[in-house]
Amino acid sequence: MPEITPENTPALAATHIQSDEPLLFEISSPGKRAWQLPPLDVPEADLELLLPAGTRDDIAGFPELSEIELVRHYTRLSTWNYAIDQGLYPLGSCTMKYNSRLNEVVARLEGLAEGHPLQPAAVMQGALRLMRRLEAALAEITGMDAVTLQPAAGAQGELTGILIIRACLAARGNPRAKILIPDSAHGTNPATAAIAGYRVENLRSDARGLVELSSLERLMDESVAALMLTNPNTLGLFEEDIHRIAELVHARGGLLYMDGANMNALVGRARPGDFGVDVMHLNLHKTFSTPHGGGGPGAGPVAVKSFLEPFLPVPRIVEGEAGGLRLETDRPASIGRVRAFFGNFGMFVRALAYILANGSDGLKQTTDDAVLNANYIRQQLEDSYALPYATPSLHECVFSDRLQARQGVHTGDIAKRLMDYGFHPYTVSFPLIVPGALMIEPTESESREELDRFIAAMRAIAREAETAPELVQAAPHRTRISRLDEAAAARQPVLRWQPKAQG
Amino acid sequence: MSYPKNYRYTAEHEWVAAPENGRARIGITDYAQHALGDIVFVELPAAGAHLEAGQPLGTVESVKAVSEVFAPVSGTVTAVNTSLSAHPELINQDPHAGAWMVEVQLDDAAPLDKLMDATRYEAFIAEEQTGKA
Amino acid sequence: MRYLPKSDVIRREMLSTLGLENVDQLFAHIPEYCRLRRPLNLPAGRSEPEILEDFRALAEDNAAGYASFLGAGAYHHFRPVLIEALISRGEWFTAYTPYQPEISQGTLQSIFEFQTMICQLTGMEVANASMYDGSTAMAEAALMARRLTGKSALLAARSTHPQYREVLATYLQHQPGGLREFGYGESGAVDAEQLERELRAGDVAAVLLQSPNFFGTVEDWEAAARLAHAHGALLVAVIAEPVSLGLLPPPAAADIVALEAQGFGIPVGFGGPYAGVLATRQKYVRSLPGRLVGEARDRQGRRGYVLTLATREQHIRREKATSNICTNQALCALMASIFMAVYGREGLRELAKQNLAKADYAARAFAAAGVELLFPAPRFHELVARPRRPLAEIEAELLAARIVPGLPLGPWYGELEGAALICVTETATRDAIDKLAAAYAAGARRPARQAKEVSLHT
Repeated sequence: MPEITPENTPALAATHIQSDEPLLFEISSPGKRAWQLPPLDVPEADLELLLPAGTRDDIAGFPELSEIELVRHYTRLSTWNYAIDQGLYPLGSCTMKYNSRLNEVVARLEGLAEGHPLQPAAVMQGALRLMRRLEAALAEITGMDAVTLQPAAGAQGELTGILIIRACLAARGNPRAKILIPDSAHGTNPATAAIAGYRVENLRSDARGLVELSSLERLMDESVAALMLTNPNTLGLFEEDIHRIAELVHARGGLLYMDGANMNALVGRARPGDFGVDVMHLNLHKTFSTPHGGGGPGAGPVAVKSFLEPFLPVPRIVEGEAGGLRLETDRPASIGRVRAFFGNFGMFVRALAYILANGSDGLKQTTDDAVLNANYIRQQLEDSYALPYATPSLHECVFSDRLQARQGVHTGDIAKRLMDYGFHPYTVSFPLIVPGALMIEPTESESREELDRFIAAMRAIAREAETAPELVQAAPHRTRISRLDEAAAARQPVLRWQPKAQG
Repeated sequence: MSYPKNYRYTAEHEWVAAPENGRARIGITDYAQHALGDIVFVELPAAGAHLEAGQPLGTVESVKAVSEVFAPVSGTVTAVNTSLSAHPELINQDPHAGAWMVEVQLDDAAPLDKLMDATRYEAFIAEEQTGKA
Repeated sequence: MRYLPKSDVIRREMLSTLGLENVDQLFAHIPEYCRLRRPLNLPAGRSEPEILEDFRALAEDNAAGYASFLGAGAYHHFRPVLIEALISRGEWFTAYTPYQPEISQGTLQSIFEFQTMICQLTGMEVANASMYDGSTAMAEAALMARRLTGKSALLAARSTHPQYREVLATYLQHQPGGLREFGYGESGAVDAEQLERELRAGDVAAVLLQSPNFFGTVEDWEAAARLAHAHGALLVAVIAEPVSLGLLPPPAAADIVALEAQGFGIPVGFGGPYAGVLATRQKYVRSLPGRLVGEARDRQGRRGYVLTLATREQHIRREKATSNICTNQALCALMASIFMAVYGREGLRELAKQNLAKADYAARAFAAAGVELLFPAPRFHELVARPRRPLAEIEAELLAARIVPGLPLGPWYGELEGAALICVTETATRDAIDKLAAAYAAGARRPARQAKEVSLHT
């Protein structure tokens, strides 16, 4: 213990308040424990007899800590995260909306949180009914005919959808070779197509930011299995020619896949099933408010038109005898299983609770508010930031850093500076078709007061970019740590803690 | 940074040095390294591999981008700059000399004349820059 | 509409700021024929008490409070209360992927710790930030092995979780090379001769082997690795029950480990969300799919953490990415981290020992009651029993006694028709095990005196 003097007091205080929280391994100490098992009510295991090939005698480096130390460790770490609970989280395309506490409560009910996926159907009718109700609600919202909840996330939903398309086309005689993907699409789309054994062809966007019909006309031929379209697209724009697009794709024997990442702009206003979509996925963690959890879990249900229903993953939940539900696995046309068990059931519980809490009218109001908020931001920031596409937009708006770049201030810098104003940044440099993109999605969860604070911050940063560009370029200044050297981290990756070499 | 007068350049921003005994070194230009930012990883072919002009010979990665490097000419790889794997940042520091990537035995020296010389390449990148702004 | 922070007055004011009279004008550019002209056919919004009542009714219809002997890739373990107490903080569960490291150090450091603990447990050098679950982790491991070896065929043990193999088949259906399987022997462990025969073709990218396998049998990683490596194949070690790693030797001889972390404090929850993990050797890191967190320094030299090696991923490499995966299971990985930290270096071993002891007690009880136990090789906490009467009868009796019995194996293994997979974790009480054994034993002949002797080796 160092002697405390007036001179070193501030330094000592600082180590407690703003010090780096060490890693678990660095605060670990032999013999500490946070666990206690109940006494064993059966004889002890005879290890030599039961595991004659031997057991491991240690887990070198594994932590040894007391309960209070763990509580403080994880509590301190949590305070270094920005979260929706703290304020606007305008990540475009990510739909960071409020995660209701009621959803968390119902998902933790014992009969929902602790049930086993292989229980006999007779003793999981509640879980099966819950899934059926969610499937039905999603079918109504999307205007599609059948839904599988199994895919674990949006990207896996995409894979499921493309495998369904492939199975359908193969059954018609030719699976075809290519998938068309607009240049504004998420990177998951081309990556998915590749796993499903397809080549990818890029489709250009036109001056409106929408699919260029002439390109589609030229590229859509007998070798194309499907067009993967995000609608509204990543610029927040509704594909106004969707009718012609669907007609063209169908006339030439292809199918229309819709990436439903932006379905939150349409719920209660328009249904993909009504404008020619054959298959789509939904992101329960976006549109239906299941928490993002620091990067997951998500859930990516897939909705299809009835002619594709035979190809859905197994098992399917079907009506059994005597009014009960049962699982059906014998479906020869199915693409198979994409994940063990039913999928991310805990997310189904939350999504259904969200749908029930909002109801028909609330879901539509939610969409309206999300679109209103995005348009409000767009209008209020149009004078400060360049708007590359003048087309009316829905739930998000995409600016570019063209005006600020003249001073050497780029979208990444503006994003970092936003942190100093207490906000999480927008999505940086996406979509790729807008150089220096600032992609802003406020969601319906923001009050006008919060939007006005954000707008004021963005305007202030635009002024700073003119008057003090170096201030913006060096941001953030008020966060716990400053910009990290990502290049050095990637050149010599340190991906785990290791004890310091002895001696 | 100046572009060596005795090199040849491609529209994909690779350079080929003047051949000696039919062998020439290949790398990426200062313009390319600048556009990519901090280089963190390089993937190169093994010695003995045969390169086809216009086909990818390897990749360079920055933190948030991957870029293919295309063979400016056809030939067989005779040497690889192994120091780049431990020090990819050399490409940022010394793109036209120390950060050469591979040395090839050219199949044929004639196609070199079809590539840009330094003057034309500098005009080409000046045009690219105005196009972007 | 209690989730919406606007009054109608404010909505009208905002619309008028935009120069609009009504909200429909914001959707005017959506073609008329695309618009929904009726309300969604869903009930009106409900209050909290109504929703709670609805979900409680659903929850009650699911064998809540029953003792359960189901395992098979979803394991009941006691979840330390710290897990819920800590992950319920909004800073953890309402944050997004940590793309902005300056304001995401909590998530980033917790993932770095997770990666480290997975490496310590598995003997691997690199672990990713998590995948969807064990089944998809195994499929991704198979695709990774193909990239690393340049070979295309895959060879999976039939004693690997049947649903994991189904997922693998789905992922591989449009990739060249195909999927072959090799069987298990009388002991329940891999049939090494058959494995070697299949390997001789020389076309195999990886051998996929689970341990403890689907029957609970402990496999020999080193022997499997030697066989695979001798034929130029990689060994993918599949681990569906992470608690086993407290006691069993780590799969350090494997090249890739595909692990399901559910057993570490993630709710069984009807199958998800869980957290899969891939771990491997440093030299293979660029072929590893999924997010990775690495150490970095800021401008003042302070330590921090960032997402790194992102160029492997879909948002940069698009169709050439290592995988289309875009999320990880951060919150589930956090649960697993807290679980690992609570039990720690000694506790995990003690927990594993309790599981072993309970399963051994069950095995002895079954054998003593004259129920046939298949597969005599060493096991962890699952066992396969073949009673003399139909499983459906046993099931009906036990369900009436509020016990969920074992899993019938017939649907997946025709040769095991009539046998059930029984999982006995530390949560099973002696009393419930006795009741289970009695139900399985009914109709069985009492064993000869040496039954107890036999049970020692089963």
